[in-house]
Amino acid sequence: MSSTGHATHKEPVAVVGIGQTKHVAARKDVSIAGLVREAAQRALEDAQLTWADIDAVVIGKAPDFFEGVMMPELYLADALGAVGKPMLRVHTAGSVGGSTALVASNLVASRVHKTVLTLAFEKQSESNAMWGLSLPIPFTQPLLAGAGGFFAPHVRAYMRRTGAPDHVGSLVAYKDRRNALKNPYAHLHEHGITLEKVQSSPMLWDPVRYSETCPSSDGACAMILTDRAGAARSPQPPAWMHGGAMRSEPTMFAGKDFVSPQAGKDCAADVYRQAGIGDPRREIDAVEMYVPFSWYEPMWLENLGFADEGGGWKLTESGVTELDGDLPVNMSGGVLSTNPIGASGMIRFAEAALQVRGQAGEHQVDGARKVLGHAYGGGSQFFSMWLVGAQPPTS
Amino acid sequence: MPEVLKAPLVVEFPFTRSLGPVQSAFLTGLRERTVLGVKTTDGKVMVPPVEYDPVTADELRDLVEVEPTGTVTTWAWNPEPRRGQPLDAPFAWVLVKLDGADTGLLHALDAPGPDAVTTGMRVRVRWAAERTGAITDIACFEPYEGAAAEAEPAAHDGQFDDAVSGIVAEARLDYVYSPGRAQTAYINALADRRTVGERCPSCRKVYVPPRGACPTCGVATTDRVEVGPAGTVTTFCIVNVKAKNLDIELPYVYAHIALDGADLALHGRIAGIPYDQVRMGLRVEPVWTEGGRYPDHYRPTGEPDADYDTYKELV
Repeated sequence: MSSTGHATHKEPVAVVGIGQTKHVAARKDVSIAGLVREAAQRALEDAQLTWADIDAVVIGKAPDFFEGVMMPELYLADALGAVGKPMLRVHTAGSVGGSTALVASNLVASRVHKTVLTLAFEKQSESNAMWGLSLPIPFTQPLLAGAGGFFAPHVRAYMRRTGAPDHVGSLVAYKDRRNALKNPYAHLHEHGITLEKVQSSPMLWDPVRYSETCPSSDGACAMILTDRAGAARSPQPPAWMHGGAMRSEPTMFAGKDFVSPQAGKDCAADVYRQAGIGDPRREIDAVEMYVPFSWYEPMWLENLGFADEGGGWKLTESGVTELDGDLPVNMSGGVLSTNPIGASGMIRFAEAALQVRGQAGEHQVDGARKVLGHAYGGGSQFFSMWLVGAQPPTS
Repeated sequence: MPEVLKAPLVVEFPFTRSLGPVQSAFLTGLRERTVLGVKTTDGKVMVPPVEYDPVTADELRDLVEVEPTGTVTTWAWNPEPRRGQPLDAPFAWVLVKLDGADTGLLHALDAPGPDAVTTGMRVRVRWAAERTGAITDIACFEPYEGAAAEAEPAAHDGQFDDAVSGIVAEARLDYVYSPGRAQTAYINALADRRTVGERCPSCRKVYVPPRGACPTCGVATTDRVEVGPAGTVTTFCIVNVKAKNLDIELPYVYAHIALDGADLALHGRIAGIPYDQVRMGLRVEPVWTEGGRYPDHYRPTGEPDADYDTYKELV
């Protein structure tokens, strides 16, 4: 500690280890413990640390009903070396991977712990997420459509509000599936994908096509977060956290804007304030955002302040969000190519960190210095975001 | 005040479990009347085996075979066995330290009564007649007179023909569900084909269905307000995928409908008009069928479409 002034400021938080499993439809060769272990071990190897270097473990996943293991963190303590250490489980629906990382980061920023392992997972093949989300509650009208049926009317509302042409959703899917081909960990590797194939895929919940929806995946993602001293020992360039925030709002309330939820706007504004970002479109180099249905790319571009209302689809349509565009979005292939639900948010955060570390491999954006990671979940109820940079924060 | 509705809610699902190498060997072993444990880094034998060392976090893969006989380390009498438990007649839950193991295995002990069970008593495995590679391959434990074996457990490679790699874990939860005061009133009114919401005394918004409190203001909603019966389609999608347990001909339109007087859209199916002619702003009214708790669907009223500005806040 170089001065007493530090005691009143947050400790800077660095990402020094990242690990993912190869995401697939079903990992029948491993237990849930084996799955999370694989991601955690890779994160430790990346950071060149051992279990003994970890002070606490923070894990997250989507609802327990998804695999039917109640409080899985109890069973996973051995696999994650958590014996004798604090272990926390976080749950905020689909955004949980992001909020789990943020809870872990708070433990470092507040100097409660020096080095924290954070991990999120889902083994969707062990159950059926649609079943887990549609329990037969007595007296309640059955939901008349599946998951896509929940989201598709909001997409139509976006199109009506902004005049977005029909083909924008297909452009996003075509881009993300091509990006996934450059990411060895992505679930879907659709070699030979064409825009025509996306546009001729079946219309499931008009206006949402089959190819514009996310897959169901088994996978885990882990990160090692540490303080300034830990970052100084890191063998690889760290990613530095410049801002992080969570916001929530009810799933249903009078005045809720499903197209551009207030909680999402507020969450982004908080992150930008912490990071000293005045103009996100100019100052942020790339974005990993949670896009489970392709149309959410233009919707979130507006919600996150990269475009004014009605401007999001124009960024997508003009190629700005392509891997070689001016503001690449979902370089990894995104949720559209990989969706182990509980892990999906953390994958966004980790992919943002990989970019500013310059370690994203074939899907690296040249010169990415500041990248946003974004997650949301629970019918646009929970939002979590962080901004990471190649340089330590200045304030 | 009318009685609040209640009904049973059963949640059940056949979860699958991929076992991984250690649990696969353990459960396949049971099928072959072989009980396997795993050696921890400090040389203890854990039964059932685990994949990772509880102390060092090391990966554990050194399997050993322990005896099917052991000693009860603690127990609890179960006077009224429930559905799915190992025995139908009253039995003891026991932790059994099998000969050669250092930890206890939880299972059932077949005993005539609690007086017949003691900590320290000797027991042995009673194998199930039909074994599939599951913990139930041990039907239960039973009293046994023999002394503990002295030999060290022998190493086992965990290899069996036709190993079990996954199991199905049937899960079932029984609840009694109550929708609460506000929704009970809403549901009772639906029986008279009336839709009744509640108004927030603070923001004046009308919630349908009501939940008893305003999620924005956090205050109780008390004033009942009848809304509808007609309303406006605020947005919709055309469903081309068959939803589970729903016998509706495809394609059909699933819409958000703001009933007149409500400040929140509810969900319904639109019929009585070709699916590709449904549009935002379409004016609709409910169509009831005999005995239905909710409107079967909504159909066009024939009125002119609502202007976008009149409902855009409800989209």
